Amino acid sequence: MLRFVFFRLLQSLIALAILSVVVFVLARATGDPLHMILPMNASEEDYANARRYLGLDRPYVAQYLSFVGRAVTGDFGNSIRARRPVSELLRERLPNSLKLAAFAMSVSLAIAFPLGVMAAVKKGTGLDRAAQLVAVLGQSLPTFWVAIVLVEFVAGRLQWLPAGGADSLASYVLPGFTLGWFVVAGMMRLLRSGMLEVLDSEYVKLARLKGVAERRVVWVHALKNALIPVVTFAGIYFAILVTTAIVVETVFAWPGLGRLAYDGITSRDFPVIQAVVLATAVIVAAVNLCVDCLYAVIDPRIRYSR
Amino acid sequence: MSVVALPDRAARPEPGQRSRRWPVVSISIIVVFVLVALLAPLLSPADPYEQSLRLRFRPPVWEERGSWANPLGTDRLGRDMLSRILWGSRVSLAAGVVTVLIASAFGAAIGLVAGYYGGRVDATLMRVTDATLSFPVILLALILAVTVGPSFTNVVIAIAVILWARYARVIRGQVLTLMQLDFIAQARIAGAGAWRVITRHLLPNTLNTLVVLVTLQIGYVIIVEASLSFLGAGIPPPTPAWGSMIAEGRDVITIAWWVSFFPGLVILLVVLAFNLLGDWLRDTLDPKLRQL
Repeated sequence: MLRFVFFRLLQSLIALAILSVVVFVLARATGDPLHMILPMNASEEDYANARRYLGLDRPYVAQYLSFVGRAVTGDFGNSIRARRPVSELLRERLPNSLKLAAFAMSVSLAIAFPLGVMAAVKKGTGLDRAAQLVAVLGQSLPTFWVAIVLVEFVAGRLQWLPAGGADSLASYVLPGFTLGWFVVAGMMRLLRSGMLEVLDSEYVKLARLKGVAERRVVWVHALKNALIPVVTFAGIYFAILVTTAIVVETVFAWPGLGRLAYDGITSRDFPVIQAVVLATAVIVAAVNLCVDCLYAVIDPRIRYSR
Repeated sequence: MSVVALPDRAARPEPGQRSRRWPVVSISIIVVFVLVALLAPLLSPADPYEQSLRLRFRPPVWEERGSWANPLGTDRLGRDMLSRILWGSRVSLAAGVVTVLIASAFGAAIGLVAGYYGGRVDATLMRVTDATLSFPVILLALILAVTVGPSFTNVVIAIAVILWARYARVIRGQVLTLMQLDFIAQARIAGAGAWRVITRHLLPNTLNTLVVLVTLQIGYVIIVEASLSFLGAGIPPPTPAWGSMIAEGRDVITIAWWVSFFPGLVILLVVLAFNLLGDWLRDTLDPKLRQL
Protein backbone atom coordinates (compact mmCIF):
# COMPACT_ATOMS: atom_id res chain seq x y z
CA MET A 1 0.00 0.00 0.00
CA LEU A 2 2.81 2.42 0.85
CA ARG A 3 4.45 1.61 -2.48
CA PHE A 4 1.18 2.41 -4.23
CA VAL A 5 0.85 5.77 -2.47
CA PHE A 6 4.47 6.63 -3.23
CA PHE A 7 4.22 5.95 -6.96
CA ARG A 8 0.89 7.67 -7.18
CA LEU A 9 2.39 10.74 -5.48
CA LEU A 10 5.33 10.71 -7.90
CA GLN A 11 2.90 10.63 -10.84
CA SER A 12 1.02 13.64 -9.50
CA LEU A 13 4.24 15.60 -9.08
CA ILE A 14 5.34 14.85 -12.66
CA ALA A 15 1.93 15.88 -13.98
CA LEU A 16 2.13 19.12 -12.01
CA ALA A 17 5.63 19.84 -13.36
CA ILE A 18 4.42 19.39 -16.95
CA LEU A 19 1.43 21.57 -16.23
CA SER A 20 3.60 24.34 -14.80
CA VAL A 21 5.54 24.51 -18.10
CA VAL A 22 2.30 24.61 -20.11
CA VAL A 23 0.89 27.33 -17.90
CA PHE A 24 4.07 29.37 -18.12
CA VAL A 25 4.16 29.17 -21.91
CA LEU A 26 0.44 29.91 -22.32
CA ALA A 27 0.57 32.83 -19.91
CA ARG A 28 3.49 34.32 -21.86
CA ALA A 29 1.56 33.77 -25.06
CA THR A 30 -1.46 35.81 -23.99
CA GLY A 31 -0.01 39.00 -25.43
CA ASP A 32 2.02 41.80 -23.96
CA PRO A 33 0.63 42.86 -20.57
CA LEU A 34 2.37 46.22 -20.89
CA HIS A 35 -0.28 47.30 -23.39
CA MET A 36 -2.80 46.99 -20.59
CA ILE A 37 -0.93 48.84 -17.84
CA LEU A 38 0.99 51.62 -19.59
CA PRO A 39 -0.81 54.73 -20.82
CA MET A 40 -1.58 55.13 -24.54
CA ASN A 41 1.14 57.73 -25.09
CA ALA A 42 3.98 55.75 -23.42
CA SER A 43 7.29 55.93 -25.28
CA GLU A 44 9.63 53.09 -26.28
CA GLU A 45 11.76 53.99 -23.30
CA ASP A 46 8.84 53.66 -20.90
CA TYR A 47 8.16 50.19 -22.29
CA ALA A 48 11.79 49.13 -21.84
CA ASN A 49 11.86 50.45 -18.29
CA ALA A 50 8.64 48.72 -17.34
CA ARG A 51 9.84 45.49 -18.91
CA ARG A 52 13.07 45.60 -16.90
CA TYR A 53 11.19 46.53 -13.73
CA LEU A 54 8.85 43.54 -14.06
CA GLY A 55 11.66 41.16 -15.11
CA LEU A 56 10.05 40.50 -18.50
CA ASP A 57 13.28 41.24 -20.41
CA ARG A 58 15.14 38.13 -19.18
CA PRO A 59 15.33 34.86 -21.20
CA TYR A 60 12.24 32.66 -20.91
CA VAL A 61 14.12 29.78 -19.28
CA ALA A 62 15.45 32.09 -16.55
CA GLN A 63 11.97 33.50 -16.05
CA TYR A 64 10.54 30.00 -15.76
CA LEU A 65 13.15 28.76 -13.28
CA SER A 66 12.79 31.75 -11.02
CA PHE A 67 9.01 31.37 -11.28
CA VAL A 68 9.16 27.72 -10.17
CA GLY A 69 11.69 28.44 -7.42
CA ARG A 70 9.53 31.14 -5.93
CA ALA A 71 6.24 29.29 -6.53
CA VAL A 72 7.41 26.38 -4.40
CA THR A 73 7.89 28.74 -1.48
CA GLY A 74 4.46 30.26 -2.07
CA ASP A 75 5.70 33.44 -3.73
CA PHE A 76 3.91 34.09 -7.02
CA GLY A 77 5.14 37.63 -7.52
CA ASN A 78 2.95 40.72 -7.68
CA SER A 79 -0.31 41.03 -9.53
CA ILE A 80 0.34 43.37 -12.43
CA ARG A 81 -3.13 44.88 -12.22
CA ALA A 82 -3.81 44.96 -8.46
CA ARG A 83 -0.13 45.76 -7.64
CA ARG A 84 -0.29 43.42 -4.65
CA PRO A 85 1.39 40.09 -3.92
CA VAL A 86 -0.51 37.30 -5.68
CA SER A 87 -0.10 35.08 -2.62
CA GLU A 88 -2.12 37.65 -0.68
CA LEU A 89 -4.90 37.52 -3.29
CA LEU A 90 -4.84 33.73 -3.19
CA ARG A 91 -5.09 33.70 0.59
CA GLU A 92 -8.11 35.99 0.38
CA ARG A 93 -9.90 34.13 -2.41
CA LEU A 94 -9.06 30.47 -1.87
CA PRO A 95 -11.00 30.00 1.40
CA ASN A 96 -14.12 31.47 -0.24
CA SER A 97 -13.88 29.03 -3.14
CA LEU A 98 -13.22 26.08 -0.86
CA LYS A 99 -16.17 27.01 1.36
CA LEU A 100 -18.47 27.26 -1.65
CA ALA A 101 -17.19 23.97 -3.11
CA ALA A 102 -17.57 22.22 0.25
CA PHE A 103 -21.10 23.54 0.61
CA ALA A 104 -22.02 22.49 -2.94
CA MET A 105 -20.44 19.08 -2.47
CA SER A 106 -22.20 18.34 0.83
CA VAL A 107 -25.57 19.46 -0.53
CA SER A 108 -25.01 17.29 -3.62
CA LEU A 109 -24.11 14.24 -1.58
CA ALA A 110 -27.01 14.75 0.80
CA ILE A 111 -29.39 14.79 -2.18
CA ALA A 112 -27.68 12.29 -4.46
CA PHE A 113 -27.26 9.46 -1.95
CA PRO A 114 -30.80 8.88 -0.75
CA LEU A 115 -32.24 9.69 -4.16
CA GLY A 116 -29.90 7.37 -6.08
CA VAL A 117 -30.38 4.46 -3.70
CA MET A 118 -34.13 4.82 -3.49
CA ALA A 119 -34.46 5.17 -7.26
CA ALA A 120 -32.75 1.79 -7.67
CA VAL A 121 -34.76 0.13 -4.89
CA LYS A 122 -38.06 1.45 -6.22
CA LYS A 123 -37.13 0.99 -9.88
CA GLY A 124 -39.86 1.90 -12.35
CA THR A 125 -41.98 3.83 -9.85
CA GLY A 126 -42.80 7.51 -9.90
CA LEU A 127 -39.88 8.21 -7.56
CA ASP A 128 -37.48 6.57 -10.00
CA ARG A 129 -38.87 8.57 -12.91
CA ALA A 130 -38.58 11.79 -10.90
CA ALA A 131 -34.99 10.98 -9.95
CA GLN A 132 -34.08 10.31 -13.55
CA LEU A 133 -35.70 13.55 -14.61
CA VAL A 134 -33.56 15.42 -12.06
CA ALA A 135 -30.48 13.61 -13.36
CA VAL A 136 -31.06 14.26 -17.04
CA LEU A 137 -32.04 17.89 -16.42
CA GLY A 138 -28.93 18.38 -14.31
CA GLN A 139 -26.76 17.34 -17.23
CA SER A 140 -28.68 19.33 -19.82
CA LEU A 141 -29.18 22.69 -18.12
CA PRO A 142 -26.55 25.31 -18.92
CA THR A 143 -25.22 26.30 -15.49
CA PHE A 144 -24.77 29.96 -16.31
CA TRP A 145 -28.34 30.25 -17.54
CA VAL A 146 -29.69 28.64 -14.38
CA ALA A 147 -27.55 31.07 -12.40
CA ILE A 148 -28.96 34.10 -14.24
CA VAL A 149 -32.54 32.92 -13.99
CA LEU A 150 -32.14 32.23 -10.25
CA VAL A 151 -30.57 35.64 -9.67
CA GLU A 152 -33.44 37.33 -11.49
CA PHE A 153 -36.38 35.43 -10.04
CA VAL A 154 -35.38 34.16 -6.59
CA ALA A 155 -33.07 37.01 -5.65
CA GLY A 156 -34.51 39.82 -7.78
CA ARG A 157 -38.29 39.51 -8.06
CA LEU A 158 -39.02 37.41 -4.98
CA GLN A 159 -36.20 38.87 -2.87
CA TRP A 160 -35.88 35.60 -0.96
CA LEU A 161 -32.11 35.27 -1.09
CA PRO A 162 -29.13 37.54 -1.75
CA ALA A 163 -28.00 37.68 -5.39
CA GLY A 164 -24.27 37.93 -4.85
CA GLY A 165 -21.39 38.32 -2.46
CA ALA A 166 -20.36 35.97 0.34
CA ASP A 167 -21.56 37.80 3.42
CA SER A 168 -24.06 35.49 5.07
CA LEU A 169 -25.04 31.85 5.12
CA ALA A 170 -28.02 32.71 2.91
CA SER A 171 -25.69 33.91 0.17
CA TYR A 172 -24.34 30.34 -0.16
CA VAL A 173 -27.68 28.90 -1.16
CA LEU A 174 -28.03 30.05 -4.78
CA PRO A 175 -24.42 29.57 -5.97
CA GLY A 176 -24.17 26.35 -3.96
CA PHE A 177 -27.20 24.78 -5.58
CA THR A 178 -26.27 25.98 -9.05
CA LEU A 179 -22.80 24.50 -8.64
CA GLY A 180 -24.00 21.28 -7.05
CA TRP A 181 -26.74 20.30 -9.46
CA PHE A 182 -24.48 18.78 -12.07
CA VAL A 183 -22.73 16.71 -9.42
CA VAL A 184 -26.06 15.55 -8.02
CA ALA A 185 -27.09 14.39 -11.48
CA GLY A 186 -23.91 12.46 -12.17
CA MET A 187 -23.53 10.87 -8.75
CA MET A 188 -27.15 9.85 -8.63
CA ARG A 189 -26.96 8.08 -11.97
CA LEU A 190 -23.83 6.22 -10.97
CA LEU A 191 -25.35 5.18 -7.66
CA ARG A 192 -28.57 4.08 -9.28
CA SER A 193 -26.92 1.94 -11.95
CA GLY A 194 -24.43 0.56 -9.41
CA MET A 195 -27.20 -0.33 -6.97
CA LEU A 196 -29.28 -1.98 -9.70
CA GLU A 197 -26.37 -4.21 -10.60
CA VAL A 198 -25.49 -5.08 -7.01
CA LEU A 199 -29.08 -5.67 -5.86
CA ASP A 200 -29.32 -8.37 -8.52
CA SER A 201 -26.21 -10.22 -7.32
CA GLU A 202 -26.00 -13.52 -5.49
CA TYR A 203 -24.62 -12.24 -2.22
CA VAL A 204 -27.47 -9.79 -1.80
CA LYS A 205 -29.93 -12.61 -2.38
CA LEU A 206 -28.05 -14.67 0.19
CA ALA A 207 -28.22 -11.84 2.71
CA ARG A 208 -31.98 -11.67 2.17
CA LEU A 209 -32.31 -15.45 2.53
CA LYS A 210 -30.36 -15.32 5.78
CA GLY A 211 -33.07 -12.99 7.03
CA VAL A 212 -31.09 -9.78 7.15
CA ALA A 213 -33.48 -6.84 7.44
CA GLU A 214 -34.21 -5.28 4.01
CA ARG A 215 -33.03 -1.88 5.20
CA ARG A 216 -29.69 -3.34 6.20
CA VAL A 217 -29.38 -5.26 2.92
CA VAL A 218 -29.86 -2.07 0.92
CA TRP A 219 -27.93 0.47 2.96
CA VAL A 220 -25.06 -1.71 4.15
CA HIS A 221 -24.54 -4.81 2.00
CA ALA A 222 -25.48 -3.37 -1.38
CA LEU A 223 -24.45 0.26 -0.97
CA LYS A 224 -20.88 -0.68 -0.01
CA ASN A 225 -20.23 -2.21 -3.42
CA ALA A 226 -22.29 0.27 -5.37
CA LEU A 227 -20.01 2.98 -3.99
CA ILE A 228 -16.96 1.82 -5.95
CA PRO A 229 -17.89 3.49 -9.27
CA VAL A 230 -18.94 6.63 -7.40
CA VAL A 231 -15.52 6.88 -5.78
CA THR A 232 -13.84 6.32 -9.15
CA PHE A 233 -15.61 9.28 -10.66
CA ALA A 234 -15.36 11.55 -7.62
CA GLY A 235 -12.05 12.97 -8.91
CA ILE A 236 -13.48 13.78 -12.35
CA TYR A 237 -16.56 15.37 -10.79
CA PHE A 238 -14.34 17.49 -8.63
CA ALA A 239 -12.47 18.77 -11.71
CA ILE A 240 -15.85 19.58 -13.32
CA LEU A 241 -16.92 21.37 -10.13
CA VAL A 242 -13.80 23.54 -10.27
CA THR A 243 -14.49 24.39 -13.92
CA THR A 244 -18.13 25.20 -13.30
CA ALA A 245 -17.09 27.39 -10.38
CA ILE A 246 -15.51 29.90 -12.79
CA VAL A 247 -18.89 30.53 -14.42
CA VAL A 248 -20.89 30.42 -11.19
CA GLU A 249 -18.53 32.72 -9.31
CA THR A 250 -18.61 35.18 -12.20
CA VAL A 251 -22.41 35.36 -12.28
CA PHE A 252 -22.90 35.48 -8.50
CA ALA A 253 -20.01 37.93 -7.91
CA TRP A 254 -18.49 35.39 -5.55
CA PRO A 255 -15.06 36.55 -4.32
CA GLY A 256 -13.32 33.24 -5.08
CA LEU A 257 -10.58 31.76 -7.25
CA GLY A 258 -12.83 31.35 -10.28
CA ARG A 259 -13.57 35.04 -10.46
CA LEU A 260 -9.92 35.82 -9.83
CA ALA A 261 -9.06 33.62 -12.82
CA TYR A 262 -11.64 35.28 -15.03
CA ASP A 263 -10.51 38.80 -14.06
CA GLY A 264 -6.86 37.77 -14.38
CA ILE A 265 -7.31 36.43 -17.88
CA THR A 266 -9.37 39.35 -19.16
CA SER A 267 -6.71 41.80 -17.93
CA ARG A 268 -3.73 39.60 -18.95
CA ASP A 269 -2.40 39.49 -15.43
CA PHE A 270 0.33 36.78 -15.86
CA PRO A 271 1.26 36.19 -12.24
CA VAL A 272 -2.39 35.85 -11.26
CA ILE A 273 -3.21 33.43 -14.11
CA GLN A 274 -0.19 31.26 -13.30
CA ALA A 275 -0.97 31.19 -9.60
CA VAL A 276 -4.66 30.41 -10.02
CA VAL A 277 -4.15 27.66 -12.58
CA LEU A 278 -1.39 26.07 -10.52
CA ALA A 279 -3.33 26.35 -7.27
CA THR A 280 -6.34 24.76 -8.99
CA ALA A 281 -4.18 22.00 -10.45
CA VAL A 282 -2.58 21.26 -7.05
CA ILE A 283 -6.01 21.03 -5.44
CA VAL A 284 -7.40 18.81 -8.20
CA ALA A 285 -4.28 16.61 -8.09
CA ALA A 286 -4.47 16.32 -4.29
CA VAL A 287 -8.13 15.36 -4.44
CA ASN A 288 -7.42 12.79 -7.15
CA LEU A 289 -4.58 11.36 -5.09
CA CYS A 290 -6.85 10.97 -2.06
CA VAL A 291 -9.57 9.44 -4.22
CA ASP A 292 -7.16 6.89 -5.69
CA CYS A 293 -5.82 5.92 -2.27
CA LEU A 294 -9.34 5.63 -0.94
CA TYR A 295 -10.16 3.52 -3.96
CA ALA A 296 -7.21 1.23 -3.29
CA VAL A 297 -8.43 0.79 0.28
CA ILE A 298 -12.01 -0.03 -0.76
CA ASP A 299 -11.05 -2.25 -3.68
CA PRO A 300 -7.78 -4.15 -3.07
CA ARG A 301 -7.71 -5.46 -6.65
CA ILE A 302 -6.60 -2.00 -7.82
CA ARG A 303 -3.36 -2.05 -5.81
CA TYR A 304 -2.00 -5.02 -7.67
CA SER A 305 -3.16 -4.17 -11.15
CA ARG A 306 -0.98 -1.10 -11.57
CA MET B 1 -21.54 -5.32 -35.05
CA SER B 2 -20.61 -6.99 -31.80
CA VAL B 3 -18.43 -10.01 -32.58
CA VAL B 4 -17.76 -10.68 -28.93
CA ALA B 5 -20.55 -11.55 -26.55
CA LEU B 6 -19.33 -10.40 -23.16
CA PRO B 7 -21.20 -12.06 -20.32
CA ASP B 8 -23.25 -9.27 -18.89
CA ARG B 9 -26.20 -9.43 -16.59
CA ALA B 10 -27.35 -5.88 -17.23
CA ALA B 11 -27.43 -6.50 -20.98
CA ARG B 12 -30.32 -8.91 -20.74
CA PRO B 13 -33.27 -7.15 -22.35
CA GLU B 14 -36.07 -6.82 -19.90
CA PRO B 15 -39.52 -7.19 -21.42
CA GLY B 16 -41.52 -4.00 -21.55
CA GLN B 17 -38.65 -1.85 -20.48
CA ARG B 18 -39.22 1.77 -21.38
CA SER B 19 -35.76 2.38 -22.78
CA ARG B 20 -36.17 -0.23 -25.53
CA ARG B 21 -38.59 1.94 -27.42
CA TRP B 22 -37.18 4.31 -29.98
CA PRO B 23 -36.63 7.76 -28.47
CA VAL B 24 -38.89 9.47 -31.00
CA VAL B 25 -39.02 12.83 -29.22
CA SER B 26 -35.23 13.16 -28.95
CA ILE B 27 -34.69 12.17 -32.55
CA SER B 28 -37.33 14.62 -33.80
CA ILE B 29 -35.81 17.47 -31.77
CA ILE B 30 -32.36 16.69 -33.19
CA VAL B 31 -33.68 16.42 -36.76
CA VAL B 32 -35.52 19.73 -36.43
CA PHE B 33 -32.40 21.31 -34.93
CA VAL B 34 -30.21 20.10 -37.82
CA LEU B 35 -32.77 21.29 -40.39
CA VAL B 36 -33.00 24.69 -38.71
CA ALA B 37 -29.21 25.02 -38.77
CA LEU B 38 -29.05 24.11 -42.46
CA LEU B 39 -32.05 26.20 -43.53
CA ALA B 40 -31.57 29.18 -41.20
CA PRO B 41 -31.43 31.73 -44.07
CA LEU B 42 -34.76 30.47 -45.44
CA LEU B 43 -36.55 30.08 -42.12
CA SER B 44 -35.67 33.28 -40.30
CA PRO B 45 -38.28 36.00 -40.64
CA ALA B 46 -35.69 38.77 -40.42
CA ASP B 47 -31.99 39.53 -40.85
CA PRO B 48 -30.30 38.48 -37.58
CA TYR B 49 -27.81 41.34 -37.85
CA GLU B 50 -30.24 44.13 -38.69
CA GLN B 51 -30.42 46.68 -35.89
CA SER B 52 -33.25 49.04 -35.26
CA LEU B 53 -33.12 51.35 -32.26
CA ARG B 54 -36.85 52.07 -32.60
CA LEU B 55 -37.63 48.39 -32.06
CA ARG B 56 -35.42 47.83 -28.98
CA PHE B 57 -36.67 45.42 -26.30
CA ARG B 58 -39.91 44.43 -28.01
CA PRO B 59 -41.50 41.69 -25.86
CA PRO B 60 -42.66 38.35 -27.27
CA VAL B 61 -45.93 38.30 -29.20
CA TRP B 62 -48.16 37.12 -26.33
CA GLU B 63 -47.20 40.01 -24.05
CA GLU B 64 -48.71 43.46 -24.25
CA ARG B 65 -46.84 45.55 -26.88
CA GLY B 66 -45.72 42.36 -28.60
CA SER B 67 -46.28 41.82 -32.31
CA TRP B 68 -46.03 39.05 -34.90
CA ALA B 69 -43.22 40.94 -36.58
CA ASN B 70 -40.94 39.73 -33.77
CA PRO B 71 -42.57 36.59 -32.31
CA LEU B 72 -39.93 36.17 -29.58
CA GLY B 73 -39.28 39.89 -29.14
CA THR B 74 -36.13 41.89 -29.88
CA ASP B 75 -32.85 42.48 -28.06
CA ARG B 76 -30.89 45.54 -26.91
CA LEU B 77 -30.17 46.56 -30.50
CA GLY B 78 -33.64 45.82 -31.83
CA ARG B 79 -32.55 42.61 -33.57
CA ASP B 80 -35.15 39.89 -34.03
CA MET B 81 -34.71 37.23 -31.32
CA LEU B 82 -36.28 34.39 -33.31
CA SER B 83 -33.96 34.93 -36.28
CA ARG B 84 -30.92 35.13 -34.03
CA ILE B 85 -31.87 31.92 -32.25
CA LEU B 86 -32.37 30.14 -35.58
CA TRP B 87 -28.99 31.33 -36.86
CA GLY B 88 -27.36 30.56 -33.53
CA SER B 89 -28.11 26.87 -34.02
CA ARG B 90 -25.41 26.81 -36.71
CA VAL B 91 -22.70 27.74 -34.22
CA SER B 92 -23.87 25.22 -31.62
CA LEU B 93 -24.31 22.37 -34.08
CA ALA B 94 -20.98 22.98 -35.81
CA ALA B 95 -19.11 23.37 -32.51
CA GLY B 96 -20.66 20.21 -31.09
CA VAL B 97 -20.13 17.99 -34.11
CA VAL B 98 -16.69 19.20 -35.21
CA THR B 99 -15.20 19.19 -31.70
CA VAL B 100 -16.51 15.76 -30.82
CA LEU B 101 -15.35 14.27 -34.14
CA ILE B 102 -11.80 15.59 -33.69
CA ALA B 103 -11.63 14.59 -30.04
CA SER B 104 -13.08 11.12 -30.58
CA ALA B 105 -10.82 10.31 -33.54
CA PHE B 106 -7.70 11.35 -31.66
CA GLY B 107 -8.77 9.88 -28.32
CA ALA B 108 -9.79 6.56 -29.86
CA ALA B 109 -6.45 6.32 -31.68
CA ILE B 110 -4.54 6.91 -28.43
CA GLY B 111 -6.73 4.43 -26.56
CA LEU B 112 -6.30 1.74 -29.23
CA VAL B 113 -2.52 2.18 -29.35
CA ALA B 114 -2.16 2.24 -25.55
CA GLY B 115 -4.35 -0.82 -25.09
CA TYR B 116 -2.71 -2.76 -27.93
CA TYR B 117 0.93 -2.22 -26.99
CA GLY B 118 0.47 -2.11 -23.21
CA GLY B 119 3.53 -1.85 -20.99
CA ARG B 120 5.51 1.35 -21.09
CA VAL B 121 3.62 2.84 -24.06
CA ASP B 122 0.38 2.34 -22.18
CA ALA B 123 1.76 3.77 -18.92
CA THR B 124 3.10 6.90 -20.62
CA LEU B 125 -0.02 7.57 -22.67
CA MET B 126 -2.28 7.04 -19.68
CA ARG B 127 -0.30 9.44 -17.49
CA VAL B 128 -0.71 12.11 -20.17
CA THR B 129 -4.40 11.23 -20.37
CA ASP B 130 -4.85 11.55 -16.61
CA ALA B 131 -3.04 14.87 -16.52
CA THR B 132 -5.29 16.14 -19.32
CA LEU B 133 -8.46 14.93 -17.62
CA SER B 134 -7.73 16.97 -14.51
CA PHE B 135 -7.24 20.23 -16.41
CA PRO B 136 -10.28 22.52 -16.27
CA VAL B 137 -11.54 22.98 -19.87
CA ILE B 138 -12.91 26.47 -19.39
CA LEU B 139 -9.67 27.76 -17.91
CA LEU B 140 -7.72 26.56 -20.95
CA ALA B 141 -10.27 27.98 -23.36
CA LEU B 142 -10.21 31.34 -21.58
CA ILE B 143 -6.41 31.46 -21.81
CA LEU B 144 -6.53 30.53 -25.51
CA ALA B 145 -9.21 33.10 -26.19
CA VAL B 146 -7.06 35.93 -24.88
CA THR B 147 -3.93 34.48 -26.47
CA VAL B 148 -5.09 34.38 -30.06
CA GLY B 149 -8.43 36.14 -29.70
CA PRO B 150 -11.84 34.52 -29.38
CA SER B 151 -12.94 32.61 -32.48
CA PHE B 152 -14.80 29.49 -33.50
CA THR B 153 -11.56 27.62 -34.27
CA ASN B 154 -10.09 28.41 -30.87
CA VAL B 155 -13.19 27.19 -29.08
CA VAL B 156 -13.04 23.91 -31.00
CA ILE B 157 -9.31 23.50 -30.31
CA ALA B 158 -9.59 24.36 -26.63
CA ILE B 159 -12.37 21.85 -26.00
CA ALA B 160 -10.93 19.08 -28.22
CA VAL B 161 -7.50 19.36 -26.58
CA ILE B 162 -9.07 18.26 -23.27
CA LEU B 163 -11.97 16.12 -24.45
CA TRP B 164 -9.94 13.44 -26.27
CA ALA B 165 -8.71 12.11 -22.94
CA ARG B 166 -12.11 10.70 -22.02
CA TYR B 167 -12.25 8.66 -25.23
CA ALA B 168 -8.70 7.46 -24.72
CA ARG B 169 -9.52 6.22 -21.21
CA VAL B 170 -12.69 4.38 -22.10
CA ILE B 171 -11.45 2.86 -25.37
CA ARG B 172 -8.18 1.72 -23.77
CA GLY B 173 -10.16 -0.05 -21.04
CA GLN B 174 -12.20 -1.86 -23.69
CA VAL B 175 -9.14 -2.80 -25.72
CA LEU B 176 -7.51 -4.31 -22.62
CA THR B 177 -10.52 -6.61 -22.23
CA LEU B 178 -10.58 -7.46 -25.95
CA MET B 179 -6.87 -8.29 -25.98
CA GLN B 180 -7.53 -11.13 -23.54
CA LEU B 181 -9.88 -12.82 -25.99
CA ASP B 182 -8.99 -15.65 -28.31
CA PHE B 183 -9.85 -14.03 -31.63
CA ILE B 184 -7.11 -11.43 -31.21
CA ALA B 185 -4.56 -14.10 -30.41
CA GLN B 186 -5.74 -16.06 -33.46
CA ALA B 187 -5.45 -13.01 -35.69
CA ARG B 188 -1.89 -12.46 -34.52
CA ILE B 189 -0.98 -16.12 -35.01
CA ALA B 190 -2.39 -15.84 -38.53
CA GLY B 191 0.20 -13.13 -39.10
CA ALA B 192 -1.83 -9.93 -38.73
CA GLY B 193 0.37 -6.94 -37.88
CA ALA B 194 -0.36 -4.19 -35.39
CA TRP B 195 -2.10 -1.97 -37.95
CA ARG B 196 -4.38 -4.78 -39.11
CA VAL B 197 -5.29 -5.95 -35.62
CA ILE B 198 -6.05 -2.41 -34.51
CA THR B 199 -8.09 -1.34 -37.53
CA ARG B 200 -9.80 -4.62 -38.43
CA HIS B 201 -10.29 -6.34 -35.10
CA LEU B 202 -10.11 -3.87 -32.23
CA LEU B 203 -11.71 -0.76 -33.76
CA PRO B 204 -14.93 -2.45 -34.97
CA ASN B 205 -15.43 -3.90 -31.50
CA THR B 206 -15.18 -0.51 -29.83
CA LEU B 207 -17.48 1.26 -32.31
CA ASN B 208 -20.59 0.81 -30.16
CA THR B 209 -18.93 2.53 -27.24
CA LEU B 210 -17.65 5.29 -29.50
CA VAL B 211 -21.13 5.98 -30.89
CA VAL B 212 -22.58 6.21 -27.36
CA LEU B 213 -19.82 8.49 -26.10
CA VAL B 214 -20.01 10.76 -29.16
CA THR B 215 -23.76 11.24 -28.74
CA LEU B 216 -23.51 11.93 -25.02
CA GLN B 217 -20.67 14.38 -25.52
CA ILE B 218 -22.23 16.49 -28.27
CA GLY B 219 -24.62 17.86 -25.66
CA TYR B 220 -21.78 18.49 -23.24
CA VAL B 221 -19.75 20.35 -25.88
CA ILE B 222 -22.75 22.51 -26.82
CA ILE B 223 -22.99 23.56 -23.16
CA VAL B 224 -19.25 24.24 -22.86
CA GLU B 225 -19.27 26.28 -26.09
CA ALA B 226 -22.22 28.29 -24.80
CA SER B 227 -20.45 28.83 -21.45
CA LEU B 228 -17.40 30.13 -23.28
CA SER B 229 -19.42 32.46 -25.49
CA PHE B 230 -21.15 33.59 -22.31
CA LEU B 231 -17.81 34.45 -20.70
CA GLY B 232 -16.77 36.34 -23.83
CA ALA B 233 -14.21 33.71 -24.85
CA GLY B 234 -16.32 31.98 -27.48
CA ILE B 235 -17.86 33.16 -30.70
CA PRO B 236 -17.28 36.93 -30.90
CA PRO B 237 -20.24 39.28 -31.54
CA PRO B 238 -22.16 40.15 -33.63
CA THR B 239 -22.38 36.51 -34.83
CA PRO B 240 -25.48 35.05 -33.21
CA ALA B 241 -24.50 32.35 -30.69
CA TRP B 242 -26.80 31.18 -27.91
CA GLY B 243 -24.23 31.62 -25.15
CA SER B 244 -23.39 35.21 -26.03
CA MET B 245 -27.09 36.03 -26.45
CA ILE B 246 -27.66 34.93 -22.85
CA ALA B 247 -24.72 37.09 -21.78
CA GLU B 248 -26.17 40.10 -23.63
CA GLY B 249 -29.49 39.65 -21.89
CA ARG B 250 -27.95 39.27 -18.45
CA ASP B 251 -27.69 42.99 -17.68
CA VAL B 252 -31.17 43.77 -18.93
CA ILE B 253 -32.98 40.79 -17.47
CA THR B 254 -35.09 42.95 -15.15
CA ILE B 255 -36.58 44.89 -18.07
CA ALA B 256 -36.37 42.27 -20.87
CA TRP B 257 -36.33 38.71 -19.50
CA TRP B 258 -36.85 37.16 -22.93
CA VAL B 259 -33.40 38.12 -24.24
CA SER B 260 -31.68 35.64 -21.88
CA PHE B 261 -34.53 33.24 -21.39
CA PHE B 262 -35.21 31.88 -24.88
CA PRO B 263 -31.64 31.05 -25.94
CA GLY B 264 -31.21 29.16 -22.64
CA LEU B 265 -34.43 27.27 -23.22
CA VAL B 266 -33.27 26.22 -26.69
CA ILE B 267 -29.91 25.03 -25.35
CA LEU B 268 -31.76 23.00 -22.72
CA LEU B 269 -34.01 21.38 -25.35
CA VAL B 270 -31.24 20.44 -27.75
CA VAL B 271 -28.82 19.17 -25.09
CA LEU B 272 -31.63 17.23 -23.43
CA ALA B 273 -32.42 15.58 -26.76
CA PHE B 274 -28.80 14.52 -27.32
CA ASN B 275 -28.45 13.24 -23.75
CA LEU B 276 -31.66 11.20 -23.90
CA LEU B 277 -30.65 9.74 -27.25
CA GLY B 278 -27.21 8.92 -25.85
CA ASP B 279 -28.76 7.24 -22.81
CA TRP B 280 -30.97 5.18 -25.03
CA LEU B 281 -28.07 4.20 -27.29
CA ARG B 282 -26.05 3.19 -24.25
CA ASP B 283 -28.83 1.05 -22.83
CA THR B 284 -29.24 -0.58 -26.21
CA LEU B 285 -25.69 -0.92 -27.50
CA ASP B 286 -23.41 -0.87 -24.51
CA PRO B 287 -25.10 -1.27 -21.14
CA LYS B 288 -21.79 -1.81 -19.32
CA LEU B 289 -20.59 1.69 -20.11
CA ARG B 290 -20.96 4.01 -17.18
CA GLN B 291 -21.92 7.65 -17.33
CA LEU B 292 -18.89 9.79 -18.04
